[in-house]
Amino acid sequence: MSSAIEHPPQREANSTGDGNSPLSASDSSVGNATYEPTSDPACSSGYDTSYNTTYNYKVVRQFAIMTVVWGIVGMCVGLTLAAQLVWPQLNLDLPWTSFGRLRPLHTNLVIFAFGGCALFATSYYVVQRTCRVRLISDRLAAFTFWGYQAVILCALVSLPLGYTEIKEYAELEWPIDILLAVVWITYGVVFLGTIRARKTSHIYVANWFFAAFILTVAVLHIVNSAALPVTSTYSISVYAGAVDAMVQWWYGHNAVGFFLTAGFLGMMYYFVPKQAGRPVYSYRLSIVHFWALIMVYMWAGPHHLHYTALPTWAQSLGMVMSIILLAPSWGGMINGMMTLSGAWHKLRTDPTLRFLVVALSFYGMSTFEGPMMAVKTVNALSHYTDWTIGHVHSGALGWVAMITIGSLYHLIPRLYGHTEMYSVKLVSVHFWLATVGTVLYIAAMWVNGILQGLMWRAFNADGTLMYTFVETIEASVPGYAVRMLGGLCWVVGMVVMAVNVYKTARPVTDSRRLMPQTA
Amino acid sequence: MTAYWSDALSGFWSGWIIIITLGSIAFAFWLLVANRKTDTQPKTDGQVSTTGHGADGIEEYDNPLPRWWFFLYIATVIFALTYLVLYPGLGNFTGLLGWTQEDQWEQEVADAEARYAPIFERYQQIPIPELANDPDAMQVAERIFLNNCAICHGSNAKGGNGFPNLTDDDWLYGGQPEQIVTTLTQGRRGMMPPWKQLGEDNIENLTQYLLSLSGNANDEQKAQQGKTLYASTCIGCHGPDATGNQALGAPNLSDDIWLYRAPGQSIADSVRQTLNEGRKGHMPAQAAYIGEQRVHLVAAYVYGLSRHEGQQAH
Repeated sequence: MSSAIEHPPQREANSTGDGNSPLSASDSSVGNATYEPTSDPACSSGYDTSYNTTYNYKVVRQFAIMTVVWGIVGMCVGLTLAAQLVWPQLNLDLPWTSFGRLRPLHTNLVIFAFGGCALFATSYYVVQRTCRVRLISDRLAAFTFWGYQAVILCALVSLPLGYTEIKEYAELEWPIDILLAVVWITYGVVFLGTIRARKTSHIYVANWFFAAFILTVAVLHIVNSAALPVTSTYSISVYAGAVDAMVQWWYGHNAVGFFLTAGFLGMMYYFVPKQAGRPVYSYRLSIVHFWALIMVYMWAGPHHLHYTALPTWAQSLGMVMSIILLAPSWGGMINGMMTLSGAWHKLRTDPTLRFLVVALSFYGMSTFEGPMMAVKTVNALSHYTDWTIGHVHSGALGWVAMITIGSLYHLIPRLYGHTEMYSVKLVSVHFWLATVGTVLYIAAMWVNGILQGLMWRAFNADGTLMYTFVETIEASVPGYAVRMLGGLCWVVGMVVMAVNVYKTARPVTDSRRLMPQTA
Repeated sequence: MTAYWSDALSGFWSGWIIIITLGSIAFAFWLLVANRKTDTQPKTDGQVSTTGHGADGIEEYDNPLPRWWFFLYIATVIFALTYLVLYPGLGNFTGLLGWTQEDQWEQEVADAEARYAPIFERYQQIPIPELANDPDAMQVAERIFLNNCAICHGSNAKGGNGFPNLTDDDWLYGGQPEQIVTTLTQGRRGMMPPWKQLGEDNIENLTQYLLSLSGNANDEQKAQQGKTLYASTCIGCHGPDATGNQALGAPNLSDDIWLYRAPGQSIADSVRQTLNEGRKGHMPAQAAYIGEQRVHLVAAYVYGLSRHEGQQAH
């Protein structure tokens, strides 16, 4: 660990020649001076020329832009669903627009299209910069982009038409599954191949998480999607009964653990220290929580099947491992938060950093909530209620989307030769919309979830149920309305982001680009 | 082996589960302890060394694991091991408490039975027509109805397309207390066969005839032709006067009550659809779910509903 191959002050100019200092040079006095590039020829001329030549930024740009596009589409579908729960007539009485078909479309779009594109963009960016080497193959990288977009388009068509394998978060039918598997394996080849070709001695921690995420998702996807094709649009799972349920939730919870956690922790480990201009708090903490996280997550799936036909021993193991998972999860949060110590004042002026910090706060909160909900007695109240939906969204909006957006606000200007977004003010507006939206959403779902759980278990003196099911739905409508408002905040925020990204990315003839960026 | 071991899994799989579970927890624990630095004072900026490997300008401090987090980690491991000693989890080991979810459920049901049985036993002694006049009993019955029957018959018991209205005095299988109890206890299966094979013209004639029976607008000439066909085809179940047959659940066709009629569908269209495609009605048996005592109460509730409605109508 102590073999200091490269010493920071001795880095060559091209390793820092990135226009990558998150803030203006005047801020460098606060942090460690070695973090500010001062003698970079590219930067002093006002350009970052490396963005076109050294690294493959084309594929990063493509994925970054599609992240914003799919974010808007996926969240609009989510908003439609939220509105349908307030006004069921919005089902339009058409099969294609019914809740049951749009819901998987929403989850596929926000998780795999929005989240997936964000992971592709940031992992390709981070692996090149931290390994100081271009992606091993531009052609394969391009294939992952177009192949992945093809998978998303197939989902966009097939799910509303009703083609589904009926496995949550794994609905896509078998031909699309095969395409996804091919794209994913190519992704693994490009990413791991680039790590192998690295010009640094050490593999940076962000890449550990990205690598774990890519490898595990490949295994999860292939094992859980194993099915016997009947026709080109219909297949039957190779597993049966409780085994099928267990495989599905082994997949389902690890999709959360590896796709939505490990991948985004990789993002966190690059963009938080970068944007804060601070060293990562503790290397040994990152080792402990990385290995503990990836080992323990594998076990947590059965907590989705408490009090079912799943054997009790499996339920118990899922529960205790979920409790242990609290520690490694918080390890990541601590490492991110403590990285900011000494840079807290930057939060006042830097809304991008605010996105990253708030993301870590929501990560800490939902990884505390998760283990609690995995305890059987709590689960008896929370399961099948809106509490679960709230928990998922405190992770999905608060953690995944916030860390993504913070990272993109750091990444996108650098992809187009700037140091900042077109409008920092709009970033700030987006920050408040996203934060208020998330709080409205999860507060509404907490209230609804606990309300439903308590109403379902309320008995009269004669042992009959105090409330009918439809009464619990009636009582949930105000919460659904507040949740819809939260979703609306998010959609508006994403549109604000799209405008800002468009203005930042549009071609030259822009005075900002000609201005020297460093003092 | 002993009281603490079940035989749900083979010895191999039970052992395998125990080994990888304890092995994983041991690994998690070892990982923590092996990486712990004895120095428990987190250093501030500048005092602590970095690891020496930077990446794209990012360095890493070599700070020790936060003390409170270290103990939090230990606490979760202790919780996990304690739970696995007390509850089933390690393969065939049943846990020292001997707890199972099945036992817990059965115990809760038994407790509820002991507590609530006297209430329902008392009601069961009262004959249905009398029970229907007991407001307290009907309050209990209404709750059972709302939680078990309303999903098909509606909160107001007026039914819907394919689900009979329980508030009118029209009965598919009879409205006497014993008949209602039988319907609830054993369930019912209605079966109207499809008659598409009669051909379009005949279906149309029959439709017009049925419309005439219930006093709806119809084509008299076609209705007349349909009448002959009715006498040869439908009479077996629905009877010569078309008042139906409660032993078969064949509906009365001479009134203007229609069991099957989709929202927005005309009576004529729904009759045509019934004749062409047939119908299958299914009332699920309830005794297995709610028990005989509650069936008795619900029967009184349904009996009371139709009687009130009948009095108002006539």
